[in-house]
Amino acid sequence: MEFDNSQLMTMLPEIVMLTGALLVLLVDLMVRDSDRMWPYALTLGTLLAAFAAAVSVGGGSSEIILGGNYVRDAMGDSLKGALLLIAIPLFIYAREGLRKMDEWRTEYLTLGLFSILGMMIMISANGFIALYLGLELLTLSLYALVAYCRDSSKGAEAAMKYFVLGALASGLLLYGISMIYGATGKIDFPGIMQQIAADNTGDNTIFVFGMVFVVIGIAFKFGAVPFHMWMPDVYQGSSTPVTLLIGSLPKIAAVAIALRVLAGAMESLHQDWYMMLVILAILSMALGNIVAIAQQNIKRMLAYSTISHVGFIFLGILSGTDEGYRAAMFYAVVYALMAVGAFGILIALDRKGVVVDQLHQLKGLNDRHPWLALTMLLIMFSMAGVPPTVGFWAKLFVLEAVVSIDMWWLAVIAVFFSIIGAFYYIRVVKFMYFDKPIDDEPVVVGGAAQTMLAVNGLAVLLFGLFPVLVFGLMKL
Amino acid sequence: MQAILLTLVLAPLFGAVVAGLWRNQVGRSGAHWVTIIGVGISFALSLYVLKLYVVDAQPVYNEAVYTWMVSDGLRFEIGFLIDNLTAMMMAVVTFVSLMVHIYTVGYMHDEDGYERFFSYIALFTFSMLMLVSANNFLQLFFGWEAVGLVSYLLIGFYFKKESAIFANMKAFLVNRVGDFGFILGIAAIAMYFNSLDYVEVFSKAGSLADTQIQIWGDTSWSLMTVICVLLFIGAMGKSAQMPLHIWLPDSMEGPTPISALIHAATMVTAGIFMVSRMSPLFELSETALSFVLIVGATTAFFTGLIGIVQNDIKRVVAYSTLSQLGYMIAALGASAYAAGLFHLMTHAFFKALLFLAAGSVIIGMHHDQDIRNMGGIRKYMKITWITSLLGTLALIGFPFFSGFFSKDAIIEAVGHADRFGSHYAHWLLVAGVFVTALYSFRMYFLVFHGKGPRDEHAKAHLHESPWVITVPLVLLAIPSVFIGWYTIGPMLFGDFFKGVLYVAPQNDVLAQLGEHFHGPLAFVMHGVQGLPFILAMSGLLVAFVLFLLKPKWAFDLRVRFDWLYTILDKKYWMDEIFQTVFAKGSVLLGKVLWKGGDQFLIDGVAVNGSAHSVGVLASAMRRLQNGLINTYAMAMILGLLGLVGWFVFK
Repeated sequence: MEFDNSQLMTMLPEIVMLTGALLVLLVDLMVRDSDRMWPYALTLGTLLAAFAAAVSVGGGSSEIILGGNYVRDAMGDSLKGALLLIAIPLFIYAREGLRKMDEWRTEYLTLGLFSILGMMIMISANGFIALYLGLELLTLSLYALVAYCRDSSKGAEAAMKYFVLGALASGLLLYGISMIYGATGKIDFPGIMQQIAADNTGDNTIFVFGMVFVVIGIAFKFGAVPFHMWMPDVYQGSSTPVTLLIGSLPKIAAVAIALRVLAGAMESLHQDWYMMLVILAILSMALGNIVAIAQQNIKRMLAYSTISHVGFIFLGILSGTDEGYRAAMFYAVVYALMAVGAFGILIALDRKGVVVDQLHQLKGLNDRHPWLALTMLLIMFSMAGVPPTVGFWAKLFVLEAVVSIDMWWLAVIAVFFSIIGAFYYIRVVKFMYFDKPIDDEPVVVGGAAQTMLAVNGLAVLLFGLFPVLVFGLMKL
Repeated sequence: MQAILLTLVLAPLFGAVVAGLWRNQVGRSGAHWVTIIGVGISFALSLYVLKLYVVDAQPVYNEAVYTWMVSDGLRFEIGFLIDNLTAMMMAVVTFVSLMVHIYTVGYMHDEDGYERFFSYIALFTFSMLMLVSANNFLQLFFGWEAVGLVSYLLIGFYFKKESAIFANMKAFLVNRVGDFGFILGIAAIAMYFNSLDYVEVFSKAGSLADTQIQIWGDTSWSLMTVICVLLFIGAMGKSAQMPLHIWLPDSMEGPTPISALIHAATMVTAGIFMVSRMSPLFELSETALSFVLIVGATTAFFTGLIGIVQNDIKRVVAYSTLSQLGYMIAALGASAYAAGLFHLMTHAFFKALLFLAAGSVIIGMHHDQDIRNMGGIRKYMKITWITSLLGTLALIGFPFFSGFFSKDAIIEAVGHADRFGSHYAHWLLVAGVFVTALYSFRMYFLVFHGKGPRDEHAKAHLHESPWVITVPLVLLAIPSVFIGWYTIGPMLFGDFFKGVLYVAPQNDVLAQLGEHFHGPLAFVMHGVQGLPFILAMSGLLVAFVLFLLKPKWAFDLRVRFDWLYTILDKKYWMDEIFQTVFAKGSVLLGKVLWKGGDQFLIDGVAVNGSAHSVGVLASAMRRLQNGLINTYAMAMILGLLGLVGWFVFK
């Protein structure tokens, strides 16, 4: 494995992230300020610097470095850029929420940065080893974050569940990887692809078995049915700022690994894997949308809503076309944007000693804070797929992808379930605008968070009016 | 150019958003400044655009600024089509709107919801500009609905007042009837032309002129007639033509400035604008034009009659608006589109003036709107009095005033028209001149002349309104008097609308008139020898005698012709008919459908049935989510087995 220092430039964004995360740790040791302005500023600075680095090294033809483990290409550039940009409002909201809970500590920043680093490694993974390392860096950070509020027994319970199930999923994934390695003798994606093409014995049972296990590992990360069961409990058990992180960005990384493995390494086996995704997609859309209706807890509702969105993302991937892959990437990015906004609003409604996570707590929000209500309205409409918000386009593009491979029936099923889903999104709007508020305490939101939320809501609308602004950046 | 147009259209929107969303931050004066400046910018730019087109004769500008979606050949776009018609409309809309904005500062001075009001009227200006500058049907429809929405909001501006809520609901529902026709018309265009772009549709219109379609059964209909009648039904709603006129008098529940802006000068003329814009389509259907003509003439005459017996100052002006809109529509039906638009423009000025003057009187009278309580106001409100007189003279078509030119042109044009219903229309319009003069001067004499207000208290407090109110009156009086003289030549008989309006050669009545047109002076000289002038003067005279000299005669007449009075006072029972037949009828129909269709079929079987099963399913699946980690792990393993099994046994 030859190593050349100049190759490091290619992975500058990851290096910036790592340095930044470590610096945040150090600064926290040295600078004692109770408000933790320095680590916070440094976190945002790191994200911006990493974004700048990603922009500056991005573009051009793809480069494979570190002995074939790491790849920088157009897909990675666009997903990383989106990831880092959406991370900025995420940390702003998280600070708002943690300060209200008196839990504002540097651990969130460090763990958050490390999890994002993990996602970036997943996005740029060119082989199973890097993929697995990135995945573990992400999930280990998240396990710790779920238990972030040390005194919360619910948090500890959720972390435990997440950890055990995550370990099980990792085990399945590793088992799958080992079978694929055994079948092909390769660990990097291009190598595996060549090996499949070269194999003409016709017997690929072991490989297909490995593929099933790998798909399940990925499905667990996405939270696709029936590997979704951790999600509602973890979403609800974690404090909202942590749910904010778990529920948004990792989907972007998950799309990346799904595309790297399925659309990259196993593209020629499309006939074998797409049916699996069809099953997972239908189950996810059905269960997610139906069970969400019965939820009273918004975080659980959003967890089920996420599950249904995952079904839609799968529609794009399973189409096996470039347009479909781009649609899936677009969907994941849009989803992350909407999820960050939705949890951000819950955070904005929190106040000292009161956590907002019940649906009825949103009643009459328009009377209490019209801007937040309007932002939430835009996000809910977007999640339901109502034009002219960006969620409409996200759904439209994945539907177009399945229609383009003549799977009309699947598109019909998807539309059917999204109509069911529209119910619980619009119910939120109804609560906010047509019901009387049940508490009259004024909503107190910090200036930065409030501004960011307004931007977030308007972005949902703006990208709906000009979808090409985002879709044009989704390159393969 | 694009930047100019965007600024022109968006400046009022900016004002509306700032005044609406940040009303607490900008406060009252902030709200009126930001909107007045926004509309002022629009007005200045409109004048500039008007100059570009009229003086510099720029070529037509037709471009899309934004494409939202392209689906199956249909383009969903925002775009501008700017030609002389649009330039004229934009100038009129922004001018009247600016005047109304300034006036509102005085009129709404003591009201709550001041910022909200400014936000709405600026939003209205934006919507109207979108409507007139559209280059495609989708944007037209957007503007159409947006002005309807703002109109709804403003009629119900005093939303705590029962009658205002009733009126805005009524306006909304009646307009819905019209809009239903309108959107069906647009849908028919999208279906047969496969395009929503004006230019494309107009260019294809010729080839589809003889198309027959089957709507139901074997009866075949001319496509163009169907489209044009449907579009015109939309215009009937927005421009308040019989029988969809009933919402307009009630809309007077809103504050007076919006009566002037929306329900007299601009929004209600949207129908006239739309039909003129669609002239290449309407010219292909003789039937539709006859329909337009008859509806317009009927409205012009019969609503004018009602105006004679109204006692609320604003309602008199409202019925006069209905009647004048009827004149414009009749002109369109006679293929004299330019005459309709010409009257639209002159009417916008003098009717806005009359409304604002009425508002000024209302303020003076401390919101007493009954003209029987007024009288002699000229002594107290000099500017209001003079400007009202000028507006009234313009309205009745007194020679040299702007209304004279436009109304006479319409009557002449309809007289020359040769299509089914044109004689009927001609006589109604001629008779309408007498009616117009009668109700206008009845109001004028009752309000401004005779003995002072009955109420001594009111009399003591009567004084002229502040300058923010009187200045717009004066500024509106100027075009009300003069604009006809200067613009009749180019607009009616020149080439102002060349290439904008399309008139089939055999229908071109204005060209026939134009052969005898030798300048405005000759036009006046010819006009004063005609029957309409004599009728106008006799209307004035009758009003003078009945309501100023011998009020007792008016009373006697009323007793003698009690049946006629009742018919008019009850407005031909149109409201009652709508109330019982349509409102009660639809409630009844609704009940039948509700009990039978909704409660049993949809609720019982479809919704509750499926909701019930969804609910059962949801709670069943929820039970799976029991919080136990071994269940979760089991689900994963079962999922794994399922997927592996799929590959093994497939």
